[in-house]
Amino acid sequence: MGKHLRHPLGQSVTVLVAAYLLIKFGIVYLPPLIGIASAPLPSSVVLQYMITVIVGLLLWVSDNEERWAKFKQPMHRVMVDPEQKVARAVLLLATPLLVAFVTFDRVRPSVAAPVSFRSIHPAPPGQIDFQGRTLRLTGLENPLRSRGSEDEHLEEGKRIYYQNCVACHGDGLAGLGHYSQGFNPVPLSFQDVGTIAQLTESVVFWRIAKGGPGLPNEGGPWNSAMPAWEDFLSEDDIWAVIMFLYEQAGHSPRTWGEEPGEEGGH
Amino acid sequence: MSERLPSGARRWPLWLGGIGLVTLLTLVSPDGILAQEISRSYRDFPLIGSRTAIWIAAEVHLLFAAFVLGVPMFAVVAEAIGIFGKDRKYDKLAKEFTRLLLVAYSATAIWGAILSFLLVTLYPRLWVYLTQIFAPSMWAYAGLFFLESFTLYLYYYGWDRWAEGRAKLMHWGLGIMLNVFGTTVMFIANSWLTFMMSPPADVTPDTSPAMVQFWSAFANATWMPINIHRIIANVVFGGAIVGAYAAYRFLIAETDEERAHYDWMGYVGNLIAIGALIVLPFAGYYLGREIYEYSPGMGQTLMGGFMSWLWIIQAFLIGVLFLTGNYYLWVGMGRIPGAERFMPYTKYMLIVLVVGVIVWATPHTMIASRAEIAAMGGTYHPFLGVLGVMSAKNTAVNIMILTTFLSFLLYRRANKEPVVEWARTGTMIQGVLFVVCAGIVIFYGIYGYFVTAIVRIGFSVYQVLAVIATIFSVVAIDVAIGRGAKSRGAIRWGQMPERSQYALFILAVTFTWLMGLMGYARSGIRQHWHVWEVVRDTSEYASTPALGYASQIISVCVLIFFGLVAFIFWVGGLAEKPVLSGVGSEGGD
Repeated sequence: MGKHLRHPLGQSVTVLVAAYLLIKFGIVYLPPLIGIASAPLPSSVVLQYMITVIVGLLLWVSDNEERWAKFKQPMHRVMVDPEQKVARAVLLLATPLLVAFVTFDRVRPSVAAPVSFRSIHPAPPGQIDFQGRTLRLTGLENPLRSRGSEDEHLEEGKRIYYQNCVACHGDGLAGLGHYSQGFNPVPLSFQDVGTIAQLTESVVFWRIAKGGPGLPNEGGPWNSAMPAWEDFLSEDDIWAVIMFLYEQAGHSPRTWGEEPGEEGGH
Repeated sequence: MSERLPSGARRWPLWLGGIGLVTLLTLVSPDGILAQEISRSYRDFPLIGSRTAIWIAAEVHLLFAAFVLGVPMFAVVAEAIGIFGKDRKYDKLAKEFTRLLLVAYSATAIWGAILSFLLVTLYPRLWVYLTQIFAPSMWAYAGLFFLESFTLYLYYYGWDRWAEGRAKLMHWGLGIMLNVFGTTVMFIANSWLTFMMSPPADVTPDTSPAMVQFWSAFANATWMPINIHRIIANVVFGGAIVGAYAAYRFLIAETDEERAHYDWMGYVGNLIAIGALIVLPFAGYYLGREIYEYSPGMGQTLMGGFMSWLWIIQAFLIGVLFLTGNYYLWVGMGRIPGAERFMPYTKYMLIVLVVGVIVWATPHTMIASRAEIAAMGGTYHPFLGVLGVMSAKNTAVNIMILTTFLSFLLYRRANKEPVVEWARTGTMIQGVLFVVCAGIVIFYGIYGYFVTAIVRIGFSVYQVLAVIATIFSVVAIDVAIGRGAKSRGAIRWGQMPERSQYALFILAVTFTWLMGLMGYARSGIRQHWHVWEVVRDTSEYASTPALGYASQIISVCVLIFFGLVAFIFWVGGLAEKPVLSGVGSEGGD
C-alpha cells in the first residue's frame, strides 16, 4: 500500500478520491460542525470542480520528466505486457460498458424539469411609468431616507411586508415563506450578499412595482410569480418596504457614483 | 539564404482590400448615391443569415487585426534590445516576428474588405447612418491604412539594407511609425463601434445624423477604455500567436539549432503574453466601470444579467491560461541547470492555482435541477455562495497573478547564483513583500463582505495596486540581486519535451476563444439596438443570440482563424528559411 502511495499514479488516484469525497460530502457535513449552514452541491458544480482537480493532477504528473515517465509506466505495462492479458481484457470490456452506462444515464427519459441558466439581475430600464408618472431610475434615491422619521418608515415597511410579502419571501427574508416551495425557482434570499446588497434601491423599486410582468424582453423567458405591486401599493409604501428589507437583511443598498449617470442619457 | 517574399503574390489581397475600401467609402459618403435614398434597411445572406455573416467577418477580421497590431509593439521592443543591448539575437527575433506580420497583414485586409462589403450590402441603412457621422474619419482611416502598409514594407524589406549605424536607428524609427499608424487606425475603428455602444447623451432617435457633433461621437464614453483594453489585449494575443507559431516550428524542426531557436522564441512569446495578461484586468475594470457609468442597465446586463454566464466561462478559460502558462514555465525548468532546487515548490503553487480557479469559476447562481435547488434552499449555495461574488473572485485572481509571477521569478533565478553580499537579505525582503501583498489581497477580499457595494468596488483597485506594486518592487530587487551573478550553467534551449509546446497551442486557442466570447458580450449588450437606444435593429435578427448559439459561432470563427493562420504560416515556411538566432550555440538566457 505504501509503495502505491509513493507512486505518482497512486498519489493521483488518492488525491482524486479525496477531492471527490471532500466536494461531495465534506462540503455538506464539515461546515455544520462549526455552526455554518451547508447543503449538497449540484452535480454541475461537482463536475466543474472535479475537472479542475483532474487538470491540476495531470499538470503535476507531467511537469517533470521523471515523474511523467513513472506515471505512464503502469498504464504502458497494462497495454503491452504479455502478462497483463487479463487486465487488458477487463479494460476492453469495462471501458465501453462505462461509456454505455453514462450515455444511457444521460439520455434516459425523466420527468424532471430541465435545468436552465437563470439571470438573477435583469437589467432595469432607464425610466418607468409608475401610476401615471414617469420615474427616471438612473440616479433615483429613496425619498423616505431624507424625509420624516426613519423608525416610522421602518415600522410602516414592516407592516406592509408582513401583510403582502411574507407568504413567499419568508419571515427571515431568506425566501422560505409558506408558499415558497410551490415555486420553481423559489424566491431569492435577501440575506444573501448577492441579491439586494448588489442593487440600488431604484432597481428594487422597479422590481417590486413591475413584478414578473414587467421583466424586460431581454434574457427571457422569465420565470417569476412576483405580482406587479404598483397595482396595490403606493409609491411611499414601496419605498418604506424597501427600507425595511435592507434593515432586516442587514445590508446597505448600492449607492450611485459621485456623479450618477453623468455620461449616460438613455 | 533567401529572405524575400514572393511579393506580388502576397500584396495583391492588400491592394484589393484597400481599393475596395476606398471605393465603398466614396460610394456611400454623405453625398453619395446610397445616402440619397435607401429603399431597404436590410438584405439577407444565404444559409447563415446576415447577422451571422457579419459576425464571422467582423470576428475573423478583428483576430487578424489584433495580431498585426500586437506584434509590431514587441517587434520594435525586441529590435531596440538588439540595438541598444548590442544583442543580435533579439534583432533576428524581431525580424522573424515581422515576417509573420507581413503574411498576416494581407489576411487582415481581405477580411476587412469582406466586412465592409457585407455591411454595405446587408445593413445599408446602418452603414449610411454611420457614414453620415463618421465619413471624415473613414477617409483618414483609408489613408492611414496605406501609410501603415508601406511603412510595413519598408520596415521588413529594409531590414538588412539598413542594418548598421544611423540607418539602423532610422529603421527602428520606421518600426515606431508602424505602431503609431496601426494604433491610430485601431483608435478610429474603435470610435465607430463604441459609438454604437455608447452614443452621446444628446443623440436621440430623432437626431439627424448630420447634426451629431463629430468629436462627441468619436470620443464617446467607452472609446478610450476600449482603446486601452485592446492595446494591451493585442500584445497578449500577438505574444500567444507567436508562441504557437514557435511551437509549431519547434515540433517540425529537423536540427538542434532550429529547435533551440524556436524553443527560445516560444518562451519569449509566452512571456509577452502572460506578462501583458497580468495588467489586462486593470483595463477591464476601467472598461466595465465606464460601461456601468454610461448605462447602469447595460452594465447590469453585462455583469448580472443574461450575459453573466459568460463570466463563468471566462473565469474557467482564464484559469486554463494561468495553469498552462505556469505549466510551461515549470516544464521549462527541466532545461535549466540549478532549477531542481525550486522544483519541490511547484506543487504548492499548483495547489494555490487550482483552488484559485475553483473559487473564480464558482457560479453564484448554480445550475441545478429542481431537486438540487430544493436541497440547497434556493439557487444559491448556503456555504459556497460566498464564493460567487466579486470579493472572492478578485481575491482569487490576484492571488493567481501573484503565484504566476512567483513562478516566473523562480524560473528567472534558476540558473543564477547571486554574488552580491545582501542577496539573502534581498530575497527575504522579496518574500516579505509577497506575504504582505497576499495579506492585503485577502484582507480586502474578506473585508469586502462587510461594506457596501460601492465601497467594495473600490477595494478591487487596492488589491490590483498591491499586486502591481509588489511585482515592480520584487523585479527591481531581483535585477539588483542578479547583477554580476554567477551562472550555474547555460539554459539548454531546445531540450524541451514536446508536450510543453502543446501548452503554447492551448494558450493561443484559449486567448482567441476568450476574445470571441467577451467580444460577443461587449457587442451583445446592445441587444436589439444597432446604436444603443438611437437606431433600433428592426431586422429579423434583432434578438440577442442565445449563449449556446453564440458559443458555436465563436468557435467557428476560432476554427476559421486558426485554419487560415496555419495555412499562412505553412505557406510562409515553404517560401523561406527561418532567421535563426543562434541562441542554442550562445547559451542565451
